[in-house]
Amino acid sequence: MSTENGLSKRFEITGGDFGKAGEVSTKIKEILQEIGIDSTIIRRTAIATYEAEMNVVMYAKKAELTLHLTPTKISIRVYDDGPGIENIEVAMQEGFSTATDEMREMGFGAGLGLPNIKKNADRFKISSTPGKGTALDITIYLNQAGKK
Amino acid sequence: MNQYFHSIRIDPEKCDGRMKCMRVCPTQAIRIRNGKAVMIEEKCIDCGECITACPNGAIIPLTDPFGELTKFRHTVAIPSPALYAQFGREILPDKILAGLKKLGFDDAFDLAFTCGEVSFAIQEYLREHKGPKPLISNACPTVVRLIQVKYPDLIDQIIPTNTPREIASRDIKKKKSKQYGLKEKEIGAFYLTPCPVKMISIKQPAEKGKSHLDGAISISDIYGPLLSAMESVEKASYKKALESICILGIGWAMVGGICRTLRLKNSLAVSGLNEIIKVFDDIERGKLRNIDFIEAYSCPQGCVGGSLTVENLYISYNKILKLIETLEYEKIKACPDIRELRKLYKQKYFFLEGKLEPRPIKPLDEDLGKAIKKRKEKEEIYETLPKIDCGACGSPTCLTFAEDVVKGKSELTDCIFELPQRFKELSQELCELLNKTAPLNPTKSELKKRKK
Repeated sequence: MSTENGLSKRFEITGGDFGKAGEVSTKIKEILQEIGIDSTIIRRTAIATYEAEMNVVMYAKKAELTLHLTPTKISIRVYDDGPGIENIEVAMQEGFSTATDEMREMGFGAGLGLPNIKKNADRFKISSTPGKGTALDITIYLNQAGKK
Repeated sequence: MNQYFHSIRIDPEKCDGRMKCMRVCPTQAIRIRNGKAVMIEEKCIDCGECITACPNGAIIPLTDPFGELTKFRHTVAIPSPALYAQFGREILPDKILAGLKKLGFDDAFDLAFTCGEVSFAIQEYLREHKGPKPLISNACPTVVRLIQVKYPDLIDQIIPTNTPREIASRDIKKKKSKQYGLKEKEIGAFYLTPCPVKMISIKQPAEKGKSHLDGAISISDIYGPLLSAMESVEKASYKKALESICILGIGWAMVGGICRTLRLKNSLAVSGLNEIIKVFDDIERGKLRNIDFIEAYSCPQGCVGGSLTVENLYISYNKILKLIETLEYEKIKACPDIRELRKLYKQKYFFLEGKLEPRPIKPLDEDLGKAIKKRKEKEEIYETLPKIDCGACGSPTCLTFAEDVVKGKSELTDCIFELPQRFKELSQELCELLNKTAPLNPTKSELKKRKK
């Protein structure tokens, strides 16, 4: 993995901080706009990042999100220290959620988060160890050829 | 030469570079260069925040002078409903329109009626719409420009109905030219505007197309003369005057007026650019999909808060609100004929004539690889800066300064915090230089040798 002709930036996300939720996805959006990335790709990236961010805010204590951008693709990695996911296959189903009533009252926890990330990504990898945390790998290609 | 027309001009004679405008600009479109404010054309969305912020009156809104009327054989005043909010509770639209005619316009048109018609069209469109939601009102040209520049992906969510002022003016010209046997260009249609941005929407519409209006006159310019002109207008009965007000349209003067009179359930009303930006960020994240319609105005409280109005914006907001409440209570519905409107709606009468295109800010570089590299440089420069956004370099924030350096518009040494560091480096270089040159002068031992 070469980082020479790319841009890497790390962000920290704090669990439970609903007030700041969404700031990382906005910052990433601004970076992509300055670089001149196509607006549809920016929107897909913003949605995927926002959903990932929300998962951290709702379930984990903290997480590190890394944006890595090259002329061919946008990669986003999120490592959190949350409770992990018991059954990934089930968690990927639309409508599945372990959100508390409080979260639902705030309009979150519709069980669309992970499926929505997958929908907006060209490649999506998720791995999790219950009790330790979850890692997401989101890739969005910039050139037409790499697109889904 | 200018790609974008703007309704704002900075007078360098009056500007003394106090940075107030640079600090309030929501799109970071102002820099201080050689002690004067300058505008970055592609970034400006004509919100007018800088006009209000400038203590010297150096930022001038470009509206038309009253004298423009003489260029036409027949003139019509089309006041924004915000004009109705500028006078006391007893002064209703009928009197204001009569006053405008006394001022020298051949006719004055009640735009609230067309606003009511467009409200109907919005309702119809919301019912048919199957695409992404929420739809966003296009009543405020600054909001439309904000979307073009900063939220290009939301452009298809701007409602495609035309603005009442354009529809009204198109219609008036058609009817008047027939009525008086005049050419359409001999009829002057003037919008009485609460803000400067309407001026650009006339000179350079956001969509590709041509405006049907001939100019915009500032409400603050016409307020004084209108007030005295109204003194000689005969007083009509209050009840009768109320009956001539279109309840569906009068609300266009204030934020939330459209949603309220249409009784839209899933709608939001937002005003103030910073608040709008928060809401638009949420739309982009896909958070507001259950909302049908968003009414957004860049000025606080809507058009009544425009920078070219006279009355305190809370008082004028309240006047419109009370008027709507009275009309609701009295069950007065002086509204356009729905069957007629439905026919016009099907004929596409209410829709924009041109297409809205995004207007994204130029990237750091046309070449993707180079742009990424420059963005990285910007980040690296930013990390060395004090991050206190003092503005002394002429850029509004340290982050924009880093960008200006990468773009070659500023020098790193423009940062006053860089200066001591530079001095230190320079003095060190100077010392080294002195040490280097010393051997050229013969030393004492050298001189002794020579004597021998």
